Amino acid sequence: MELVYAGCVGFMSACGIFLMLRGHTFTLVIGLTLLSYAVNLFLFASGGLTIGAPAVLNGSENYADPLPQALVLTAIVIGFAMTAFAVILAMRGRSDLGNDHVDGTEPFDRLAAEEKS
Amino acid sequence: MGLFDHLVIFPVLIPFFVAVALLFPSLSNSLDKQRVLTIAANILMVVVAVVLLLKVKDQGIQVYALGDWSAPFGIVLMADAFSVLMVCLSAILGLAVTMYASAGEDKSGAFFHPLIMFQLMGINGAFLTGDAFNLFVFFEVLLIASYSLMMHGGGKQRIQANIHYVFLNLIGSALFLFALGTLYGTLGTLNFADMADRIPLLSRNELLITKSGALLLLAVFGLKAAMLPLHFWLPKAYASTSAPVAALFAIMTKVGIYSIWRVHGVMFGDQAGELANIALPWLWPIALLTIAIGAISVLASQSLRVLCSNLVIVSVGTLLVTISLNTVQASTAGIYYLLHSTVACAAMFLLAGLIQQQRGKAEDRFVAARSMPQAGILGFTFALLAIGLIGMPPLSGFVGKALILQSVTKASQAIWIWPLILGAGLIALIALSRAGTSLFWRTTGGNSSALKGHPIQYLAIGLLVAILPLMVIFGGAVSNYAQLAAEQLNAGLSLQQLNEVAK
Repeated sequence: MELVYAGCVGFMSACGIFLMLRGHTFTLVIGLTLLSYAVNLFLFASGGLTIGAPAVLNGSENYADPLPQALVLTAIVIGFAMTAFAVILAMRGRSDLGNDHVDGTEPFDRLAAEEKS
Repeated sequence: MGLFDHLVIFPVLIPFFVAVALLFPSLSNSLDKQRVLTIAANILMVVVAVVLLLKVKDQGIQVYALGDWSAPFGIVLMADAFSVLMVCLSAILGLAVTMYASAGEDKSGAFFHPLIMFQLMGINGAFLTGDAFNLFVFFEVLLIASYSLMMHGGGKQRIQANIHYVFLNLIGSALFLFALGTLYGTLGTLNFADMADRIPLLSRNELLITKSGALLLLAVFGLKAAMLPLHFWLPKAYASTSAPVAALFAIMTKVGIYSIWRVHGVMFGDQAGELANIALPWLWPIALLTIAIGAISVLASQSLRVLCSNLVIVSVGTLLVTISLNTVQASTAGIYYLLHSTVACAAMFLLAGLIQQQRGKAEDRFVAARSMPQAGILGFTFALLAIGLIGMPPLSGFVGKALILQSVTKASQAIWIWPLILGAGLIALIALSRAGTSLFWRTTGGNSSALKGHPIQYLAIGLLVAILPLMVIFGGAVSNYAQLAAEQLNAGLSLQQLNEVAK
């Protein structure tokens, strides 16, 4: 289970990072969303993975660590707010700057220019 | 418990409740009422911070257990000499900024005052918290307020700089969570005192994981602090935003520095067993390079606000040097210099706002333009601040730099630090005198018809400028207090001590 879980988190962060390395705000937002999902899963696993264990309340010997769940909940809420803000900012940038590149201008693409001429 | 016992949480609660109140209709419709309320709240915060500072000075560290849950289970707020000093600094800065903005800058966009209050809440919370995840939450509070504040007033340049700033910090937040998850996985706690207790007890196979978590945290704090390879966002962001916001942001880089100090200077400090001082081999060269690159950028700056942003980077480098020296004496010098550089940079940003306003289209660029209507008083203040920023006597910059140079004891370190810090001072001297001559003397006749500054704006700048000579006149008291703060900081606090203080 640990291997599958770690593999999923790793794959999702890798996808997120790949998307974030692209220069447009849309892919950046998608990449950030993927990365924050990966973060949430990662935090959830930081207390150790257990199956069928209750939360700490009932006094049993084998219980799941409740703190990571609280942390994940907080991280989800904050991540949600931040993503909403990032989407609005990306839209504002698109309308004010005329394109959705993070630098505000499309970089000069030599290949495309040569093809045209 | 009386009200006095809850004093520690007041710097977080006051801005929170004021910000919420400002959003209600009777206040949100009237800018005048908002101005009065925020300035009053800021004065109250200065008073609370000073009372708290005196209390900490007399009675030692104050610990406030939220909901009365004792330490590793609940979240604690911890007010030691250093954190209270930072709260004081942010309160004074907040007061100056709201006063300055009340002259009209707050009209250019919505929700200026509530956002400032939320930002101050986040900053104060980040200084006071004794829990790593709580630190993350307060970071987010101050960041989301700063995202909106940075765009205040709108405009292409601001939006564009803001896109960089926001997305970089969002990535930083994700890394922060990864780091916290890693540390929680091996240490099983996020309370600073408890973490420090458990780090020396780690088993061999957990060391590497913990180390990677700690260094990931260094990258996150380095991003906030504008440490060398992560500083590229700063000049553009600070130079394109409005003057009061830039002035408030002068303390934001210091939040990063403060966290590095707490986590990598103390928690992973001398007592951390196998992981003792893991960040120092990284911090030392980075600090020196930050000063060097910052100084070169200072020379290349084409406008006053960019120049001032680059001076912020130089001060960040200087502070990182004092962290990496890792002695009480160096920390004392660093704390003194931190106070000075934050106040001086903030005042310079406010002044740059006035200069920009009075020079019309030339703004604050170093080009010939019509002379300013109030060139006399602006020039005088500029000269004072320049002396402070360069580090010439008689102002506090000189004392701060002298203390730092004095705290370098090893010759192998002095050979790097002395030339760099003195050289950066010389470069600041050249750049600021060039800036001053072109802003105030290269005029093409005739006063421009631009608006004059409002008296309250001068009052706000005066409030900050007055701190610089005061830090020299009361230099003994300030440096004694800085030494107390440095001693408390370097001694650290174990969980047991923390719980004893909390009772």
